[in-house]
Amino acid sequence: MSKKILMKGNEAIAEAAIKAGCRLFFGYPITPQTEVAETFAKRMPKVDGLCVQAESEIAAINMVLGAASTGKRVMTSSSSPGISLKSEGISYIVGSDLPCVIVNVQRGGPGLGGIQPSQADYYQATRALGHGDQHILVLAPASIQEIADLTMEAFDLSDIYRMPAMILADGALGQMMEPVDFEARTPREIPEKTWAACGHDGKRKHNIVNSLYIEPDELERTVIERFEKYKKIEKTEVKYEEYLTDDADIVVVAFGITARIAKSAVNAARKKGIKAGLFRPITLWPFPSERLNQLADSTKKFLAVELSMGQMVEDVKLATQFKKPVEFFGRTGGMMPSVNEVLENIEKYAE
Amino acid sequence: MYNILLAGFGGQGILFAGKQIAYAGMKSDKEVSWLPSYGPEMRGGTANCSVIVSDEPIGSPLVTDPDILIALNLPSFEKFENKIKAGGILISDSSLISKKTDRTDIQAYYIPATELANQNEISGMANVIMLGKLIQVTGIYDYNYFEEVMTGSIPPSKERLIALNKKALSIGYNYR
Amino acid sequence: MVVFDKPKALTDVPFHYCPGCTHGIVHRLVAEVIDEFGIEGKTVGIAPVGCSVFAYNYFNCDMIEAPHGRAPAVATGVKRAMPDNFVFTYQGDGDLAAIGTAETVHVGARGENITIIFINNAIYGMTGGQMAPTTLPGQYSTTSPYGRDLKLQGNPIRVCEMLATLDGTAYAERVAVDCVKNINNAKKAIRKAFEVQKNKLGFSIVEVLSTCPTNWGKTPQEALEWLRSDMMPFYPLGVYKDITVKEDK
Repeated sequence: MSKKILMKGNEAIAEAAIKAGCRLFFGYPITPQTEVAETFAKRMPKVDGLCVQAESEIAAINMVLGAASTGKRVMTSSSSPGISLKSEGISYIVGSDLPCVIVNVQRGGPGLGGIQPSQADYYQATRALGHGDQHILVLAPASIQEIADLTMEAFDLSDIYRMPAMILADGALGQMMEPVDFEARTPREIPEKTWAACGHDGKRKHNIVNSLYIEPDELERTVIERFEKYKKIEKTEVKYEEYLTDDADIVVVAFGITARIAKSAVNAARKKGIKAGLFRPITLWPFPSERLNQLADSTKKFLAVELSMGQMVEDVKLATQFKKPVEFFGRTGGMMPSVNEVLENIEKYAE
Repeated sequence: MYNILLAGFGGQGILFAGKQIAYAGMKSDKEVSWLPSYGPEMRGGTANCSVIVSDEPIGSPLVTDPDILIALNLPSFEKFENKIKAGGILISDSSLISKKTDRTDIQAYYIPATELANQNEISGMANVIMLGKLIQVTGIYDYNYFEEVMTGSIPPSKERLIALNKKALSIGYNYR
Repeated sequence: MVVFDKPKALTDVPFHYCPGCTHGIVHRLVAEVIDEFGIEGKTVGIAPVGCSVFAYNYFNCDMIEAPHGRAPAVATGVKRAMPDNFVFTYQGDGDLAAIGTAETVHVGARGENITIIFINNAIYGMTGGQMAPTTLPGQYSTTSPYGRDLKLQGNPIRVCEMLATLDGTAYAERVAVDCVKNINNAKKAIRKAFEVQKNKLGFSIVEVLSTCPTNWGKTPQEALEWLRSDMMPFYPLGVYKDITVKEDK
């Protein structure tokens, strides 16, 4: 018998965080991610950790800011409307070069929207998660095992690059159960946190965690430095999965839960003699633009499939520089496309 | 590969039954997934869940055209009966669903699970009776293996529950 | 011989505050208390958004600059990560009693073991004299140019009185820094607040009635007088909560 555990995505996020050494969680309940907080509430006292339910999403992200300032591993989690509330704090965390992990188990929007799965926060996550010139790392798991692996990876990446890392999941991944093995991943080497505001003990000059640079030239310099770091990340930290793309005439591009549906549709298309393949971005920022651009030389067409009205599709177009047509199919508002719907679109555009 | 859809009212133990199928699959090193249709209501509303047990990595975890439908109420029967794949299986709780399917391209099994549960003083365990029937008609798992895995997750402090689950499973498995 | 010296907990960076502003006095009092407790090495201070945003440059302990109004939440994060450290926030009235009211109330409700130094000068200083949640009825500001109209703009908040009602608040006192006697009292209050934190008794807050000559349109001397004549009657000085004192003697 295997040592795997059958677990919900939301539960796996919490377990993986604990496995990664996170002992501080600050959050606020919201469907469909509440099990993350509930799992932490249950587990943290057993591992000398703390799970604090904040008075708001705004307070929660600022508690994260405070705890991250001390150099300890910390995370928060929410769903779409709650992430909007956190965006102020996230911008400050970026501006202060602090590491932390933020989980968005997306639901349909805008507004209160719905509580069913969605990927309509792609723009928010990759473009504007807070004001100012900035990026955060965005990881999009497609299985519960990957949720566990990427949550641990998110902690490592955010510590290495001193920036927030987001797990961009959705209601389906949060609620579904699959077997998961928490021992599968090897941790990365983490630099010492000499910048932490944890009390200098008389042994060094005081550390200041700050995002304010009142002189424009100074602010420009810090932003440019941060973008140098982003360039490095774009070169070294891109993750994606390819499936049957080598000879594909049509490449379906999808992430997260949608990529699972798309993979089934690609298999069905192959059975019908259509040379379909799947390209699944695992990091949404950095986006795997370079590889998609190469694929544009070998394939004839792209089809982006998303749980939105089409957001990632723009990154596919930018990456492939209009070398080949990029089509789109999506469902939104919490609707999930069936395998057949995706297959129909593959057939339609493969002609 | 088994694409299974379990559907009924919230509170009938639909999600629990689905979890047992997935758990048994995982314990025999199969690929498995369990996806609930979740809603704001915890009880009383409709509930269904998709369970896939496969030798291959699982693509979409969402079962829209099931190989097997386990229906525990009329709305679910009506909603999903026509979605069953040709050659597929329907298991219906006939104490709650008086309707029979007109389809001739599927195998249909009717078992008065809720009534059987009440008669045997294990009311609330129609879900497990349905699992017994599932094993009988599909052979998805060996009966003894499934019984062991399912009751193995119940803590010894709830010994009585183990006996009741075994009883329910056996009633379903032996119902002809 | 008494030598007047700069507290060790203050850096050499010159304060940027306007002439007659009392921020400098309060900074010094906090720094003196840190020195006296010998806790600079295990103190983390949280600066607000407002006139005292640069407080992180002035204190020698580790410092964090918080988003507007969120200092109590940031302090919570620090304190929960390092419960044996001293954590204080330094906030103005807009930061604490307007945009950050929820964060402030909830550190009190949770009994978060931190200290808030709250500067109440009844006006927004940094943005140039707009109405604050503590602006007095009838008081002029650039956003209440005809005087604060309670029907239009609502009532001022008495922070210490409000927070004293919360079970998690261990100590709440309002002081002023308008004269030597009151400055000495303010120092005592800050000491007391840090002591409450040291003994892990819960949340402590010291509200300091302060002046803003620049935005009040007054000379420093007139400002001190206005603080006494107009602010003190509305915001009476005193201890509003002190769980270290038994109520029935």
